[in-house]
Amino acid sequence: MPDRPILKLEKMTKLYHNGDGVRDIDFEISEGELVTLLGPSGCGKTTILRVVGGFLEATEGHVILNGEDITRLPPEKRPTAMVFQSYNLWPHMNVFENLAFGLKLRKVPRETIKADVARFLSLVKIEGSEEKYPSQLSGGQQQRVAIARALILKPKILLMDEPFSALDAKIRVQMREELKKIQQELGITVMFVTHDQEEAMAISHRIVVMSKGKFEQIGTPADVYDNPTTRFTAEFMGNMNFIKDTERQVLLAVRPENISLDTVGNGSLKGRISTIMVLGHFLEINMDTEQGQVKAFTPREYSAERKVGEEVGIVVGRHLVFPAAG
Amino acid sequence: MKIKAFYHALGRFRFAQFILFTVFLLFFFGPLVNTLMIAFADKYMYAEHPYFLPSALSLDWWKFVLSQKNLVSSIALSFLLATVTTGASLLICLPAAYAFARYDFPGKHFFQFSFLFANAFPRMGLYVSIAIIFYKLNLMGTFVGVLCIHLLNTLMYMTWIPAAAFRNVHINQEEAARDVGATAFQTFRHITLPLAMPGITVACIFTFLQSLEEAQGTFLIGVPNFKTIPVVMYSVIYDYPATAGAVFAVILVLPTLLLLGIFRRFIGADAMTSGFKMK
Repeated sequence: MPDRPILKLEKMTKLYHNGDGVRDIDFEISEGELVTLLGPSGCGKTTILRVVGGFLEATEGHVILNGEDITRLPPEKRPTAMVFQSYNLWPHMNVFENLAFGLKLRKVPRETIKADVARFLSLVKIEGSEEKYPSQLSGGQQQRVAIARALILKPKILLMDEPFSALDAKIRVQMREELKKIQQELGITVMFVTHDQEEAMAISHRIVVMSKGKFEQIGTPADVYDNPTTRFTAEFMGNMNFIKDTERQVLLAVRPENISLDTVGNGSLKGRISTIMVLGHFLEINMDTEQGQVKAFTPREYSAERKVGEEVGIVVGRHLVFPAAG
Repeated sequence: MKIKAFYHALGRFRFAQFILFTVFLLFFFGPLVNTLMIAFADKYMYAEHPYFLPSALSLDWWKFVLSQKNLVSSIALSFLLATVTTGASLLICLPAAYAFARYDFPGKHFFQFSFLFANAFPRMGLYVSIAIIFYKLNLMGTFVGVLCIHLLNTLMYMTWIPAAAFRNVHINQEEAARDVGATAFQTFRHITLPLAMPGITVACIFTFLQSLEEAQGTFLIGVPNFKTIPVVMYSVIYDYPATAGAVFAVILVLPTLLLLGIFRRFIGADAMTSGFKMK
């Protein structure tokens, strides 16, 4: 991946009338990188995306895209393309017209438009649907058209605002795989916004974990998952058990896959199994302890004999240490 | 008994529906059919004549009405006025409707509600006080004066219905257009306006029909220079036999029927609603 930064946010601040918003954001995205802004709703991730797209104006600071300061440009003057969560397409235009609209405004010759539309429809795997109207397409197909319409203008950066959140779970997984493929094929830079940590881990080169208008952590998916630097990130990314270590006055953060079950007396904690769920090739076992509930993921062959109500010893494996909650 | 057999063939519920529908048809179309019949009657003496049906059919009253210069000119004036009213109303109200739909500004609700005021007072009282102002402004008996009265009555339709239509265009659809390079005006022209068109068309039809049948205000402000069909109707009813009035009524009904035909296409057809709404 080339390291040339294509998007730079410099001390970017966007505040709403009620004082919410994001402050002093300094951030860079390299060419060909897929970066995800991840966080719960209201954390400011969409705000940043919309400032880059030009739908919100930065209160202070700069947005630099491909060396050009675009902070004060309206959306139509920016070489960005946006895919929204829903209501992307214009229902009175068919698929061809939806894709051709931007090209027609740029006075691209008709023959070129035709060829481009066909090429980008096949890129998103809905070739031949030029004549269809949005209402005749499924939700997933509509999002494919929206992606094709964004890509056909060859933007410097593709902005995606929870594009798959309104889709069924199965289609959502399928769409994220294809997005990843298309992103690699075209080498396009993508800024992706989601609240779904699994989706973020699956597609991103880098993840920015956000909370309350601030960056909590920036890193690769493995980084953010294995070495969360803040308690928020540790809790937000995947499942995490927090176990108090009373001797050292600290909190141990343990992933459920790093918890193992033993006979009572072994391990650092005693628990009683409250539920056992089969999740495909592994089991999710929840245990009640004097510190609240502890969750463990264990391969099925190791714990096939476990029963609800059984007393077990809990062994803490790989873990992180956080200061005890104050 | 034929009726009894009919009742049992249909079942109680369907039979009740049938009766209800028949009453409905008679109630709504009875007067219309009667007017049509009288309009094409030779002579119709409802008082002296013992028969319900006219003695002979003829086009005599049509010839008479259409040969009266002032009657024909009133028809032309009515349609001209309704067209100008619709056009002017569009120009004034569409920007307002868009503002109500998209922007928040101080006093928004008050302004939106204020369109009801014209309908909250007794019309004649309102017109008399307007007439006093119009005298001072030299608008009495002028086309502009009459136009103002007609606009007053249509502002509400032309603002509220398109505002709702604009509100139904999702903001993302406008933003997506800006995103691919359309200016604010191009976005309105190519995206917002076509998507709101069904609502705007309905508002135009309401406005046109309202203007076509406005009588009180036109009478007060426009007479003697501007006599529209409904104004002339008053004198026709006094001065001519019922048959001439019926001819007039039919002429007034025709555009209404035509416009309602278009109206139905926009309101009723499933294709339109599903074509303009997305999940």
